[in-house]
Amino acid sequence: MREGGGIACGSETTFTWRGAVRGARGVLPLVVSSAVLGLLFGVTARDMGLAGPEAVLMSALVAAGASQFAALEIGGETLPLLAVVLATLAVNARHLLMGATLREPFAKLTRRQIYGSLVFLSDGNWAFSLREFAAGRRDAAVLAGGGAAMFSAWTVGTALGHGASLGPEALWRWGADFIASAFFVAVLVSFRPSRAELLPWAVAGATAWAGAVLLEGHWYPLIGALAGAAVAAWRAGDAA
Amino acid sequence: MRPEVLAVILAMALVTYGTRAGGYWLMGLVSPSPRVVAALRAAPGALLVAMIVPKVLAGGAAETVSVVVAALTMAVSRNELAAIAAGVASVAALRSLAPMP
Repeated sequence: MREGGGIACGSETTFTWRGAVRGARGVLPLVVSSAVLGLLFGVTARDMGLAGPEAVLMSALVAAGASQFAALEIGGETLPLLAVVLATLAVNARHLLMGATLREPFAKLTRRQIYGSLVFLSDGNWAFSLREFAAGRRDAAVLAGGGAAMFSAWTVGTALGHGASLGPEALWRWGADFIASAFFVAVLVSFRPSRAELLPWAVAGATAWAGAVLLEGHWYPLIGALAGAAVAAWRAGDAA
Repeated sequence: MRPEVLAVILAMALVTYGTRAGGYWLMGLVSPSPRVVAALRAAPGALLVAMIVPKVLAGGAAETVSVVVAALTMAVSRNELAAIAAGVASVAALRSLAPMP
């Protein structure tokens, strides 16, 4: 039955196990990549001085790769609380925007289904879910199903990567300490910045570099990020 | 497990769930201004740049070149794992050419 527009008439919102399985299958490539990236995170975490249970717990409870790598980068072994929390907030801020887009598809769900599903919100399963809803398949469990699969793979990968127990010299020779930097660069490229977005980034980079030179400690990335976000906010005000 | 690390992990988990649930919840209450939306959109990229730039500038030629390799690989393949693999392979190869510092 062909439907016009984004929402199929007569489809009601459901929340079933079938939907969850569909969600998991729909993001299968991401489940695999989560496992591999988790492995890399486990290796990096160990390199930065995190114990196995610490790294695995972080992956199990946070389940947000970019922010976890950022936490290691900012804090290393000591993980200073305020700096790490702010970095986590900055990197994961995009979840706020993604969550907002789910209000309409989730409108008919119970609060438990909504706030339970949101535990598993991540870029990949969010994008998949929106495509499902747009196609008229309104089983909202696709988000949680895909997310649960991805997060499980991520956590298991972390455990395995940490357990691989490579020594620091081997890690340097293999370039494993470079994993985080390469990952950050890849994520930046995936953002596909417009020319307008490059200015906040340039300001962030320059400010951070100045901060790294002039200041002690680990605050320079946050100061750089703040400067970049402020420039973006300022220019948005001008454009309005 | 070190208690201070546990505290940081729990704090990260709370904050992260806050970002996951917060957008949904807040949309029911307020409409964010264009400035706020722009800042939120820019924050992740800005922080990543802020982390990479000083590190790369402080590192050697191997790291700088490999960052470019990773970026180009990502641009071409749109595959994060490929980009990481390329960057790591590049840095390992370049480091093998120079003596360890």
